[in-house]
Amino acid sequence: MIGTGVLKGMGVTFKTFVETYPWGRALLRLLRIPSPNGVVTVEYPDVKQQHSERFRYFPFLVYDQTPDNLRCVACRICEQECPPACIHIIMEKDAQGRPVKAHGRTLPNIFDIDTSVCMSCRICVDVCPFDAIEMDRQYELAGEGRFEDMVMHKDQLLRSNEYFQQIKPTEAATVDRRLAAKAAKAAASAAKPSEPAAS
Amino acid sequence: MQPKTETAPGMGTELLEVNLGPQHPSTHGVFRMIATLDGETIRKLKPVMGYMHRNHEQIAEAGLTYIGCFPYTDRLDYFCAMTSNLGLSIAIEKLAGIEVSERGEYIRIIMAELTRLVNHTAVTGFLLNDMGAFGTPLLYAFREREKILDLFEMASGSRMMCNYVRPGGVREDLPAGFVERCQALVDGYPRFLDEFEALLTTNEIIQQRTQRVGVLPKALAVDASITGPMLRASGMNYDIRKVDGYSIYPRFAFKVPLGTIGDTYDRYYVRILEMRESIKILQQALKELPQASPSISPKGQAIGKAPRTFRPPKGDAYGRIEAPKGELGFYLVSDGSPQPYRYHIRAPSFINLTVLEDLCLGHKVADAIIILGSIDIVLCEVDR
Repeated sequence: MIGTGVLKGMGVTFKTFVETYPWGRALLRLLRIPSPNGVVTVEYPDVKQQHSERFRYFPFLVYDQTPDNLRCVACRICEQECPPACIHIIMEKDAQGRPVKAHGRTLPNIFDIDTSVCMSCRICVDVCPFDAIEMDRQYELAGEGRFEDMVMHKDQLLRSNEYFQQIKPTEAATVDRRLAAKAAKAAASAAKPSEPAAS
Repeated sequence: MQPKTETAPGMGTELLEVNLGPQHPSTHGVFRMIATLDGETIRKLKPVMGYMHRNHEQIAEAGLTYIGCFPYTDRLDYFCAMTSNLGLSIAIEKLAGIEVSERGEYIRIIMAELTRLVNHTAVTGFLLNDMGAFGTPLLYAFREREKILDLFEMASGSRMMCNYVRPGGVREDLPAGFVERCQALVDGYPRFLDEFEALLTTNEIIQQRTQRVGVLPKALAVDASITGPMLRASGMNYDIRKVDGYSIYPRFAFKVPLGTIGDTYDRYYVRILEMRESIKILQQALKELPQASPSISPKGQAIGKAPRTFRPPKGDAYGRIEAPKGELGFYLVSDGSPQPYRYHIRAPSFINLTVLEDLCLGHKVADAIIILGSIDIVLCEVDR
Protein backbone atom coordinates (compact mmCIF):
# COMPACT_ATOMS: atom_id res chain seq x y z
CA MET A 1 0.00 0.00 0.00
CA ILE A 2 1.28 3.45 -0.88
CA GLY A 3 2.43 5.31 2.21
CA THR A 4 3.38 2.39 4.44
CA GLY A 5 7.08 2.90 3.67
CA VAL A 6 6.90 6.53 4.71
CA LEU A 7 5.03 5.64 7.91
CA LYS A 8 7.59 2.95 8.77
CA GLY A 9 10.38 5.50 8.32
CA MET A 10 8.55 7.96 10.59
CA GLY A 11 8.40 5.20 13.20
CA VAL A 12 12.20 5.02 13.11
CA THR A 13 12.60 8.77 13.55
CA PHE A 14 10.06 8.76 16.38
CA LYS A 15 11.92 5.99 18.17
CA THR A 16 15.19 7.91 17.81
CA PHE A 17 13.49 10.99 19.23
CA VAL A 18 12.13 9.06 22.21
CA GLU A 19 15.43 7.40 23.07
CA THR A 20 17.25 10.71 23.49
CA TYR A 21 15.35 11.21 26.77
CA PRO A 22 16.01 9.22 29.95
CA TRP A 23 12.28 8.47 30.34
CA GLY A 24 12.23 7.32 26.72
CA ARG A 25 15.06 4.88 27.26
CA ALA A 26 13.31 3.58 30.39
CA LEU A 27 10.11 3.14 28.42
CA LEU A 28 11.88 1.27 25.60
CA ARG A 29 13.56 -0.98 28.18
CA LEU A 30 10.16 -1.68 29.66
CA LEU A 31 8.79 -2.60 26.24
CA ARG A 32 11.93 -4.71 25.55
CA ILE A 33 12.81 -2.70 22.42
CA PRO A 34 16.61 -2.47 21.98
CA SER A 35 17.79 1.14 22.06
CA PRO A 36 21.56 1.33 21.71
CA ASN A 37 21.79 5.05 21.00
CA GLY A 38 20.52 7.94 23.05
CA VAL A 39 22.47 11.19 23.25
CA VAL A 40 25.72 10.86 21.31
CA THR A 41 26.98 14.45 21.15
CA VAL A 42 28.81 16.59 23.70
CA GLU A 43 28.51 20.36 24.09
CA TYR A 44 32.04 21.14 23.08
CA PRO A 45 33.50 24.17 24.82
CA ASP A 46 31.93 23.11 28.16
CA VAL A 47 32.44 19.36 27.82
CA LYS A 48 35.38 17.85 25.98
CA GLN A 49 35.41 14.65 24.02
CA GLN A 50 37.28 11.78 25.67
CA HIS A 51 40.13 10.78 23.38
CA SER A 52 41.85 7.43 23.26
CA GLU A 53 45.43 7.18 24.46
CA ARG A 54 47.04 7.22 21.03
CA PHE A 55 45.25 10.43 19.99
CA ARG A 56 47.85 12.65 18.36
CA TYR A 57 47.80 16.24 17.35
CA PHE A 58 51.02 18.24 17.48
CA PRO A 59 54.61 17.31 18.39
CA PHE A 60 56.46 18.39 21.53
CA LEU A 61 60.06 17.99 22.69
CA VAL A 62 60.79 15.77 25.67
CA TYR A 63 63.28 16.69 28.41
CA ASP A 64 64.41 14.67 31.42
CA GLN A 65 64.32 16.34 34.89
CA THR A 66 65.29 19.91 33.90
CA PRO A 67 64.36 21.83 30.74
CA ASP A 68 68.03 22.22 29.71
CA ASN A 69 68.43 18.42 29.60
CA LEU A 70 66.82 17.98 26.19
CA ARG A 71 66.83 14.61 24.48
CA CYS A 72 67.06 16.33 21.09
CA VAL A 73 70.59 16.51 19.65
CA ALA A 74 69.67 18.64 16.61
CA CYS A 75 70.49 15.84 14.15
CA ARG A 76 67.84 17.20 11.76
CA ILE A 77 66.47 13.81 10.71
CA CYS A 78 62.88 14.88 11.48
CA GLU A 79 63.46 18.10 9.54
CA GLN A 80 64.43 16.06 6.46
CA GLU A 81 61.68 13.49 6.78
CA CYS A 82 58.77 15.79 7.63
CA PRO A 83 56.51 15.46 4.55
CA PRO A 84 55.24 19.07 4.52
CA ALA A 85 58.63 20.37 5.78
CA CYS A 86 57.30 22.29 8.77
CA ILE A 87 60.25 21.74 11.14
CA HIS A 88 63.21 24.12 11.24
CA ILE A 89 66.29 23.29 13.33
CA ILE A 90 69.62 25.08 13.87
CA MET A 91 72.27 23.56 16.14
CA GLU A 92 73.69 25.53 19.08
CA LYS A 93 77.25 26.60 18.17
CA ASP A 94 79.89 28.74 19.82
CA ALA A 95 81.74 31.71 18.29
CA GLN A 96 84.21 29.44 16.47
CA GLY A 97 81.38 27.45 14.87
CA ARG A 98 81.91 24.34 17.00
CA PRO A 99 78.84 22.55 18.39
CA VAL A 100 78.13 23.37 22.04
CA LYS A 101 77.59 20.34 24.24
CA ALA A 102 75.44 20.04 27.34
CA HIS A 103 75.08 16.79 29.31
CA GLY A 104 77.39 15.20 26.72
CA ARG A 105 75.07 16.01 23.80
CA THR A 106 74.73 18.65 21.15
CA LEU A 107 71.53 20.64 21.38
CA PRO A 108 69.32 22.77 19.15
CA ASN A 109 69.57 26.57 19.28
CA ILE A 110 66.44 27.02 17.18
CA PHE A 111 63.71 24.40 16.96
CA ASP A 112 60.57 25.74 15.29
CA ILE A 113 57.47 23.87 14.16
CA ASP A 114 54.83 25.59 12.10
CA THR A 115 51.39 24.67 13.47
CA SER A 116 49.57 25.74 10.35
CA VAL A 117 51.67 23.48 8.10
CA CYS A 118 51.99 20.43 10.37
CA MET A 119 49.60 17.67 9.31
CA SER A 120 49.84 15.53 12.47
CA CYS A 121 51.20 12.52 10.61
CA ARG A 122 53.58 11.37 13.39
CA ILE A 123 56.46 10.60 10.99
CA CYS A 124 58.84 12.80 13.04
CA VAL A 125 58.16 10.57 16.06
CA ASP A 126 58.74 7.40 14.05
CA VAL A 127 62.08 8.53 12.61
CA CYS A 128 63.60 10.08 15.76
CA PRO A 129 66.43 7.78 16.93
CA PHE A 130 66.55 9.44 20.38
CA ASP A 131 62.81 9.41 21.25
CA ALA A 132 63.17 13.16 21.67
CA ILE A 133 59.96 14.20 19.94
CA GLU A 134 56.48 12.91 20.79
CA MET A 135 52.90 13.76 19.89
CA ASP A 136 50.83 15.92 22.23
CA ARG A 137 47.05 15.72 22.70
CA GLN A 138 46.53 19.47 23.09
CA TYR A 139 44.49 20.61 20.07
CA GLU A 140 43.36 24.12 20.97
CA LEU A 141 46.21 25.95 19.29
CA ALA A 142 44.32 28.67 17.46
CA GLY A 143 45.95 32.09 17.29
CA GLU A 144 45.67 35.33 15.39
CA GLY A 145 49.15 36.01 14.04
CA ARG A 146 50.39 33.84 11.22
CA PHE A 147 54.00 33.88 12.42
CA GLU A 148 53.71 35.18 16.02
CA ASP A 149 51.15 32.58 17.16
CA MET A 150 51.29 29.76 14.64
CA VAL A 151 55.03 29.06 14.68
CA MET A 152 55.96 27.26 17.91
CA HIS A 153 59.47 27.90 19.22
CA LYS A 154 61.70 25.65 21.29
CA ASP A 155 60.61 27.02 24.67
CA GLN A 156 56.93 26.54 23.78
CA LEU A 157 57.53 22.96 22.62
CA LEU A 158 59.32 21.72 25.75
CA ARG A 159 57.49 19.18 27.92
CA SER A 160 58.84 17.00 30.70
CA ASN A 161 59.00 13.22 30.50
CA GLU A 162 56.52 13.12 33.41
CA TYR A 163 54.01 14.93 31.24
CA PHE A 164 54.54 12.35 28.52
CA GLN A 165 54.07 9.53 31.01
CA GLN A 166 50.90 11.17 32.20
CA ILE A 167 49.24 11.64 28.79
CA LYS A 168 50.39 8.40 27.15
CA PRO A 169 51.29 5.86 29.86
CA THR A 170 51.64 2.82 27.59
CA GLU A 171 53.76 4.49 24.93
CA ALA A 172 55.91 6.31 27.51
CA ALA A 173 56.60 3.05 29.34
CA THR A 174 57.81 1.45 26.09
CA VAL A 175 60.05 4.45 25.35
CA ASP A 176 61.46 4.46 28.92
CA ARG A 177 62.28 0.75 28.67
CA ARG A 178 64.00 1.27 25.33
CA LEU A 179 66.05 4.21 26.63
CA ALA A 180 67.02 2.31 29.80
CA ALA A 181 68.23 -0.63 27.69
CA LYS A 182 70.23 1.76 25.51
CA ALA A 183 71.80 3.44 28.54
CA ALA A 184 72.71 0.05 30.06
CA LYS A 185 74.32 -0.99 26.79
CA ALA A 186 76.28 2.27 26.57
CA ALA A 187 77.48 1.85 30.19
CA ALA A 188 78.57 -1.74 29.45
CA SER A 189 80.54 -0.73 26.35
CA ALA A 190 82.13 2.18 28.28
CA ALA A 191 83.26 -0.25 30.97
CA LYS A 192 85.04 -2.40 28.36
CA PRO A 193 86.58 0.15 25.98
CA SER A 194 88.82 -2.41 24.22
CA GLU A 195 85.86 -4.26 22.63
CA PRO A 196 84.11 -2.67 19.64
CA ALA A 197 80.64 -1.33 20.43
CA ALA A 198 77.79 -3.49 19.18
CA SER A 199 75.90 -1.85 16.37
CA MET B 1 22.64 33.05 -30.31
CA GLN B 2 21.43 29.75 -28.89
CA PRO B 3 19.23 27.46 -31.03
CA LYS B 4 15.60 28.06 -30.42
CA THR B 5 13.19 25.43 -29.13
CA GLU B 6 9.44 25.51 -29.24
CA THR B 7 7.44 24.50 -26.20
CA ALA B 8 4.09 26.07 -26.99
CA PRO B 9 2.82 27.37 -30.33
CA GLY B 10 4.02 30.86 -30.90
CA MET B 11 6.27 30.95 -27.88
CA GLY B 12 10.04 30.86 -28.48
CA THR B 13 12.36 29.64 -25.75
CA GLU B 14 16.11 29.38 -25.56
CA LEU B 15 18.53 26.94 -24.05
CA LEU B 16 20.00 28.32 -20.85
CA GLU B 17 23.48 27.67 -19.56
CA VAL B 18 23.70 27.36 -15.78
CA ASN B 19 26.74 26.92 -13.56
CA LEU B 20 26.23 24.54 -10.66
CA GLY B 21 29.14 25.19 -8.37
CA PRO B 22 32.10 25.42 -7.90
CA GLN B 23 30.94 26.37 -4.42
CA HIS B 24 27.62 24.65 -4.05
CA PRO B 25 26.27 22.58 -1.14
CA SER B 26 25.42 19.62 -3.35
CA THR B 27 28.62 19.37 -5.37
CA HIS B 28 30.46 17.43 -2.64
CA GLY B 29 33.46 19.71 -2.61
CA VAL B 30 34.69 22.21 -5.13
CA PHE B 31 33.28 21.06 -8.44
CA ARG B 32 31.45 22.77 -11.28
CA MET B 33 28.82 21.39 -13.62
CA ILE B 34 28.02 23.54 -16.63
CA ALA B 35 24.49 22.46 -17.42
CA THR B 36 22.66 23.50 -20.58
CA LEU B 37 18.99 23.51 -19.75
CA ASP B 38 15.85 23.35 -21.81
CA GLY B 39 13.37 24.47 -19.20
CA GLU B 40 14.13 22.06 -16.36
CA THR B 41 15.60 19.35 -18.57
CA ILE B 42 19.32 18.86 -19.01
CA ARG B 43 20.42 18.86 -22.63
CA LYS B 44 24.17 19.08 -22.12
CA LEU B 45 26.38 18.82 -19.06
CA LYS B 46 30.06 19.51 -18.74
CA PRO B 47 31.89 18.65 -15.52
CA VAL B 48 34.73 21.03 -14.64
CA MET B 49 37.23 19.79 -12.10
CA GLY B 50 40.67 20.71 -10.83
CA TYR B 51 39.73 23.26 -8.17
CA MET B 52 41.17 21.02 -5.47
CA HIS B 53 44.39 20.06 -7.27
CA ARG B 54 47.17 19.64 -4.71
CA ASN B 55 49.87 18.19 -6.90
CA HIS B 56 50.34 15.10 -4.77
CA GLU B 57 51.95 12.98 -7.51
CA GLN B 58 54.54 15.63 -8.35
CA ILE B 59 55.30 16.33 -4.68
CA ALA B 60 56.02 12.64 -4.21
CA GLU B 61 58.35 12.56 -7.21
CA ALA B 62 60.09 15.79 -6.20
CA GLY B 63 61.42 14.69 -2.84
CA LEU B 64 59.23 12.55 -0.63
CA THR B 65 60.34 9.15 0.49
CA TYR B 66 58.02 6.20 0.00
CA ILE B 67 56.91 6.45 3.63
CA GLY B 68 56.51 10.21 3.29
CA CYS B 69 53.76 9.59 0.71
CA PHE B 70 51.50 7.90 3.27
CA PRO B 71 50.16 11.02 5.02
CA TYR B 72 49.26 12.42 1.60
CA THR B 73 47.31 9.29 0.64
CA ASP B 74 45.17 9.86 3.76
CA ARG B 75 44.10 13.10 2.16
CA LEU B 76 43.13 11.62 -1.21
CA ASP B 77 39.81 10.27 -0.09
CA TYR B 78 39.25 11.59 3.39
CA PHE B 79 36.51 9.04 4.10
CA CYS B 80 38.76 6.10 3.33
CA ALA B 81 42.24 6.83 4.66
CA MET B 82 42.85 3.22 5.61
CA THR B 83 42.17 1.81 2.15
CA SER B 84 44.27 4.51 0.49
CA ASN B 85 47.17 3.56 2.79
CA LEU B 86 46.57 -0.09 1.95
CA GLY B 87 46.69 0.55 -1.80
CA LEU B 88 50.06 2.29 -1.59
CA SER B 89 51.39 -0.40 0.76
CA ILE B 90 50.46 -3.14 -1.67
CA ALA B 91 52.17 -1.30 -4.54
CA ILE B 92 55.35 -0.83 -2.47
CA GLU B 93 55.30 -4.48 -1.38
CA LYS B 94 55.09 -5.55 -5.01
CA LEU B 95 57.89 -3.19 -5.94
CA ALA B 96 60.27 -4.28 -3.20
CA GLY B 97 59.07 -7.85 -2.61
CA ILE B 98 58.10 -7.42 1.05
CA GLU B 99 56.27 -10.19 2.89
CA VAL B 100 53.36 -9.19 5.12
CA SER B 101 53.04 -10.57 8.63
CA GLU B 102 50.03 -12.77 9.33
CA ARG B 103 48.53 -10.58 12.05
CA GLY B 104 49.25 -7.51 9.96
CA GLU B 105 47.16 -8.94 7.13
CA TYR B 106 44.20 -9.49 9.43
CA ILE B 107 44.44 -6.02 10.94
CA ARG B 108 44.51 -4.54 7.45
CA ILE B 109 41.41 -6.45 6.40
CA ILE B 110 39.57 -5.34 9.54
CA MET B 111 40.51 -1.72 8.88
CA ALA B 112 39.65 -1.91 5.18
CA GLU B 113 36.21 -3.37 5.82
CA LEU B 114 35.50 -0.87 8.59
CA THR B 115 36.42 1.81 6.07
CA ARG B 116 33.91 0.35 3.62
CA LEU B 117 31.24 0.62 6.31
CA VAL B 118 32.21 4.24 6.98
CA ASN B 119 32.15 5.18 3.32
CA HIS B 120 28.92 3.47 2.33
CA THR B 121 27.10 4.68 5.43
CA ALA B 122 28.20 8.26 4.87
CA VAL B 123 27.51 8.29 1.14
CA THR B 124 24.00 6.98 1.68
CA GLY B 125 23.42 9.79 4.14
CA PHE B 126 24.74 12.36 1.68
CA LEU B 127 22.63 10.94 -1.14
CA LEU B 128 19.53 11.48 0.97
CA ASN B 129 20.73 14.96 1.86
CA ASP B 130 20.99 15.77 -1.85
CA MET B 131 17.50 14.41 -2.31
CA GLY B 132 16.16 16.99 0.12
CA ALA B 133 15.88 14.90 3.29
CA PHE B 134 17.93 17.43 5.22
CA GLY B 135 19.65 16.15 8.28
CA THR B 136 17.89 13.07 9.52
CA PRO B 137 19.36 10.20 7.44
CA LEU B 138 22.74 11.93 7.24
CA LEU B 139 22.94 12.35 11.01
CA TYR B 140 21.92 8.75 11.64
CA ALA B 141 24.71 7.74 9.26
CA PHE B 142 27.21 10.03 10.97
CA ARG B 143 26.24 8.70 14.40
CA GLU B 144 27.36 5.23 13.30
CA ARG B 145 30.37 6.56 11.40
CA GLU B 146 31.52 8.26 14.58
CA LYS B 147 31.70 4.91 16.39
CA ILE B 148 33.99 3.50 13.71
CA LEU B 149 36.12 6.64 13.68
CA ASP B 150 36.59 6.20 17.44
CA LEU B 151 38.01 2.76 16.70
CA PHE B 152 40.36 4.26 14.10
CA GLU B 153 41.50 6.82 16.65
CA MET B 154 42.11 4.07 19.16
CA ALA B 155 44.37 2.16 16.78
CA SER B 156 46.10 4.90 14.82
CA GLY B 157 45.76 8.07 16.89
CA SER B 158 43.70 9.96 14.34
CA ARG B 159 40.08 9.68 13.33
CA MET B 160 40.34 10.43 9.65
CA MET B 161 43.99 10.95 8.69
CA CYS B 162 45.04 7.56 10.02
CA ASN B 163 48.47 6.99 8.40
CA TYR B 164 48.37 3.50 9.88
CA VAL B 165 49.01 0.83 7.24
CA ARG B 166 52.66 0.31 6.30
CA PRO B 167 54.49 -1.95 3.85
CA GLY B 168 54.74 -5.30 5.59
CA GLY B 169 51.84 -4.78 7.99
CA VAL B 170 50.73 -1.85 10.08
CA ARG B 171 52.58 0.87 12.00
CA GLU B 172 51.87 -0.43 15.48
CA ASP B 173 49.86 -3.24 16.97
CA LEU B 174 46.24 -2.86 18.03
CA PRO B 175 45.82 -1.37 21.52
CA ALA B 176 44.35 -3.38 24.38
CA GLY B 177 40.57 -3.55 24.21
CA PHE B 178 40.31 -2.82 20.51
CA VAL B 179 39.10 -6.26 19.47
CA GLU B 180 36.34 -6.29 22.08
CA ARG B 181 35.08 -2.85 21.08
CA CYS B 182 35.26 -3.72 17.41
CA GLN B 183 33.36 -6.96 18.01
CA ALA B 184 30.63 -5.09 19.87
CA LEU B 185 30.35 -2.59 17.01
CA VAL B 186 30.23 -5.28 14.34
CA ASP B 187 27.58 -7.21 16.29
CA GLY B 188 25.44 -4.09 16.63
CA TYR B 189 25.82 -2.85 13.05
CA PRO B 190 23.19 -5.09 11.39
CA ARG B 191 20.59 -3.60 13.74
CA PHE B 192 21.51 -0.12 12.55
CA LEU B 193 21.33 -1.26 8.94
CA ASP B 194 17.87 -2.75 9.53
CA GLU B 195 16.76 0.54 11.03
CA PHE B 196 18.35 2.52 8.20
CA GLU B 197 16.63 0.34 5.64
CA ALA B 198 13.28 0.66 7.43
CA LEU B 199 13.77 4.40 7.13
CA LEU B 200 14.83 4.43 3.48
CA THR B 201 14.48 1.33 1.33
CA THR B 202 10.70 1.07 1.18
CA ASN B 203 10.08 4.80 1.36
CA GLU B 204 7.85 5.69 -1.58
CA ILE B 205 9.32 9.16 -2.04
CA ILE B 206 12.83 7.76 -2.35
CA GLN B 207 11.65 5.11 -4.81
CA GLN B 208 9.94 7.77 -6.91
CA ARG B 209 13.01 9.96 -6.95
CA THR B 210 15.60 7.27 -7.64
CA GLN B 211 14.13 4.38 -9.61
CA ARG B 212 14.90 4.61 -13.34
CA VAL B 213 16.84 7.83 -12.72
CA GLY B 214 20.38 7.96 -14.08
CA VAL B 215 20.43 4.50 -15.62
CA LEU B 216 23.95 3.31 -16.43
CA PRO B 217 23.82 0.46 -18.97
CA LYS B 218 26.20 -2.40 -18.37
CA ALA B 219 27.94 -1.93 -21.75
CA LEU B 220 28.61 1.76 -21.12
CA ALA B 221 29.84 1.05 -17.61
CA VAL B 222 32.39 -1.43 -18.94
CA ASP B 223 33.43 0.84 -21.82
CA ALA B 224 34.01 3.78 -19.50
CA SER B 225 35.99 1.52 -17.09
CA ILE B 226 33.67 2.26 -14.21
CA THR B 227 34.53 0.23 -11.11
CA GLY B 228 33.23 -0.36 -7.64
CA PRO B 229 29.61 -0.41 -6.44
CA MET B 230 28.61 1.68 -9.45
CA LEU B 231 29.68 -1.06 -11.88
CA ARG B 232 28.16 -3.81 -9.80
CA ALA B 233 24.86 -1.90 -9.63
CA SER B 234 24.75 -2.21 -13.42
CA GLY B 235 24.88 -5.99 -13.06
CA MET B 236 28.56 -6.59 -13.86
CA ASN B 237 30.17 -9.06 -11.47
CA TYR B 238 33.60 -7.51 -10.99
CA ASP B 239 35.11 -7.12 -7.55
CA ILE B 240 38.88 -6.94 -7.25
CA ARG B 241 38.70 -8.68 -3.88
CA LYS B 242 37.43 -11.71 -5.82
CA VAL B 243 39.22 -11.17 -9.15
CA ASP B 244 42.73 -10.52 -7.80
CA GLY B 245 42.25 -12.17 -4.44
CA TYR B 246 44.82 -9.78 -2.98
CA SER B 247 45.85 -9.87 0.67
CA ILE B 248 43.93 -12.67 2.42
CA TYR B 249 40.47 -12.08 0.94
CA PRO B 250 40.25 -15.62 -0.57
CA ARG B 251 40.08 -16.97 2.99
CA PHE B 252 36.77 -15.28 3.71
CA ALA B 253 33.32 -16.31 2.54
CA PHE B 254 31.39 -13.37 1.16
CA LYS B 255 29.15 -12.62 -1.80
CA VAL B 256 29.36 -9.83 -4.35
CA PRO B 257 25.97 -8.08 -4.44
CA LEU B 258 24.77 -7.09 -7.90
CA GLY B 259 22.15 -4.65 -9.12
CA THR B 260 19.88 -5.16 -12.10
CA ILE B 261 19.42 -2.06 -14.26
CA GLY B 262 21.98 0.32 -12.78
CA ASP B 263 19.76 3.20 -11.73
CA THR B 264 20.29 5.41 -8.69
CA TYR B 265 18.19 3.09 -6.51
CA ASP B 266 20.35 0.11 -7.48
CA ARG B 267 23.48 2.03 -6.62
CA TYR B 268 22.01 2.88 -3.22
CA TYR B 269 20.86 -0.68 -2.56
CA VAL B 270 24.09 -2.37 -3.69
CA ARG B 271 25.93 -0.28 -1.09
CA ILE B 272 23.57 -1.40 1.65
CA LEU B 273 24.08 -5.04 0.64
CA GLU B 274 27.84 -4.56 0.47
CA MET B 275 27.85 -3.32 4.04
CA ARG B 276 26.12 -6.53 5.10
CA GLU B 277 28.82 -8.54 3.31
CA SER B 278 31.53 -6.43 4.97
CA ILE B 279 30.06 -7.33 8.34
CA LYS B 280 30.37 -11.01 7.42
CA ILE B 281 34.05 -10.51 6.53
CA LEU B 282 34.64 -8.60 9.76
CA GLN B 283 33.04 -11.35 11.85
CA GLN B 284 35.30 -13.95 10.26
CA ALA B 285 38.44 -11.79 10.48
CA LEU B 286 37.85 -10.95 14.15
CA LYS B 287 37.35 -14.62 14.95
CA GLU B 288 40.50 -15.75 13.15
CA LEU B 289 42.74 -12.82 14.19
CA PRO B 290 46.07 -14.37 15.27
CA GLN B 291 47.42 -13.69 18.74
CA ALA B 292 49.54 -10.60 19.33
CA SER B 293 53.21 -11.07 18.55
CA PRO B 294 56.09 -8.92 19.83
CA SER B 295 56.65 -7.29 16.46
CA ILE B 296 53.78 -6.80 14.13
CA SER B 297 55.68 -6.04 10.94
CA PRO B 298 59.43 -5.97 11.61
CA LYS B 299 60.28 -4.97 8.07
CA GLY B 300 57.60 -2.29 7.80
CA GLN B 301 58.54 -0.81 11.15
CA ALA B 302 62.18 -0.77 10.15
CA ILE B 303 61.32 1.09 6.95
CA GLY B 304 59.24 3.56 8.95
CA LYS B 305 62.14 4.22 11.33
CA ALA B 306 64.61 5.11 8.57
CA PRO B 307 62.81 5.99 5.34
CA ARG B 308 66.00 7.14 3.58
CA THR B 309 67.55 3.68 3.79
CA PHE B 310 64.63 2.08 1.96
CA ARG B 311 65.67 1.82 -1.67
CA PRO B 312 63.53 -0.55 -3.73
CA PRO B 313 65.26 -2.20 -6.71
CA LYS B 314 64.88 -0.61 -10.15
CA GLY B 315 61.60 -1.48 -11.77
CA ASP B 316 57.91 -0.68 -11.68
CA ALA B 317 54.82 -2.06 -9.98
CA TYR B 318 51.09 -1.49 -10.10
CA GLY B 319 49.20 -2.31 -6.94
CA ARG B 320 45.44 -2.15 -6.90
CA ILE B 321 42.72 -2.75 -4.35
CA GLU B 322 38.96 -2.64 -4.20
CA ALA B 323 38.54 0.65 -2.38
CA PRO B 324 34.97 1.49 -1.28
CA LYS B 325 34.61 3.70 -4.34
CA GLY B 326 36.15 1.36 -6.91
CA GLU B 327 39.52 0.29 -8.19
CA LEU B 328 42.22 2.31 -6.46
CA GLY B 329 45.58 1.74 -8.12
CA PHE B 330 49.06 3.03 -7.44
CA TYR B 331 51.67 2.87 -10.19
CA LEU B 332 55.23 3.25 -8.96
CA VAL B 333 58.48 3.41 -10.91
CA SER B 334 61.68 3.10 -8.92
CA ASP B 335 65.12 4.16 -10.11
CA GLY B 336 66.80 2.70 -7.06
CA SER B 337 66.76 5.93 -5.03
CA PRO B 338 64.75 6.57 -1.82
CA GLN B 339 62.21 8.62 -3.80
CA PRO B 340 59.75 7.26 -6.34
CA TYR B 341 60.79 8.18 -9.89
CA ARG B 342 57.20 8.09 -11.10
CA TYR B 343 54.13 7.93 -8.93
CA HIS B 344 50.65 7.74 -10.38
CA ILE B 345 47.28 7.18 -8.78
CA ARG B 346 44.33 5.63 -10.57
CA ALA B 347 41.58 7.29 -8.60
CA PRO B 348 38.14 5.63 -8.76
CA SER B 349 36.24 8.86 -8.10
CA PHE B 350 37.80 10.54 -11.12
CA ILE B 351 37.07 7.74 -13.56
CA ASN B 352 33.56 7.09 -12.26
CA LEU B 353 32.80 10.77 -12.74
CA THR B 354 33.42 10.61 -16.51
CA VAL B 355 29.95 9.16 -17.23
CA LEU B 356 28.15 11.97 -15.42
CA GLU B 357 26.86 13.55 -18.63
CA ASP B 358 25.52 10.25 -20.01
CA LEU B 359 23.63 9.63 -16.79
CA CYS B 360 22.13 13.11 -16.55
CA LEU B 361 20.94 13.74 -20.13
CA GLY B 362 17.18 14.06 -20.35
CA HIS B 363 16.70 14.30 -16.60
CA LYS B 364 15.70 17.29 -14.52
CA VAL B 365 18.17 19.52 -12.65
CA ALA B 366 17.12 18.05 -9.28
CA ASP B 367 17.84 14.55 -10.63
CA ALA B 368 21.34 15.58 -11.73
CA ILE B 369 22.11 16.44 -8.12
CA ILE B 370 20.96 12.99 -6.96
CA ILE B 371 22.90 11.26 -9.74
CA LEU B 372 26.07 13.07 -8.71
CA GLY B 373 25.46 12.00 -5.13
CA SER B 374 24.94 8.38 -6.16
CA ILE B 375 28.23 8.25 -8.10
CA ASP B 376 29.99 8.76 -4.77
CA ILE B 377 32.91 11.06 -5.41
CA VAL B 378 35.32 12.83 -3.13
CA LEU B 379 36.76 15.82 -4.91
CA CYS B 380 40.11 15.55 -3.16
CA GLU B 381 40.55 12.21 -4.88
CA VAL B 382 39.25 13.44 -8.23
CA ASP B 383 41.76 16.29 -8.44
CA ARG B 384 44.56 14.84 -6.31
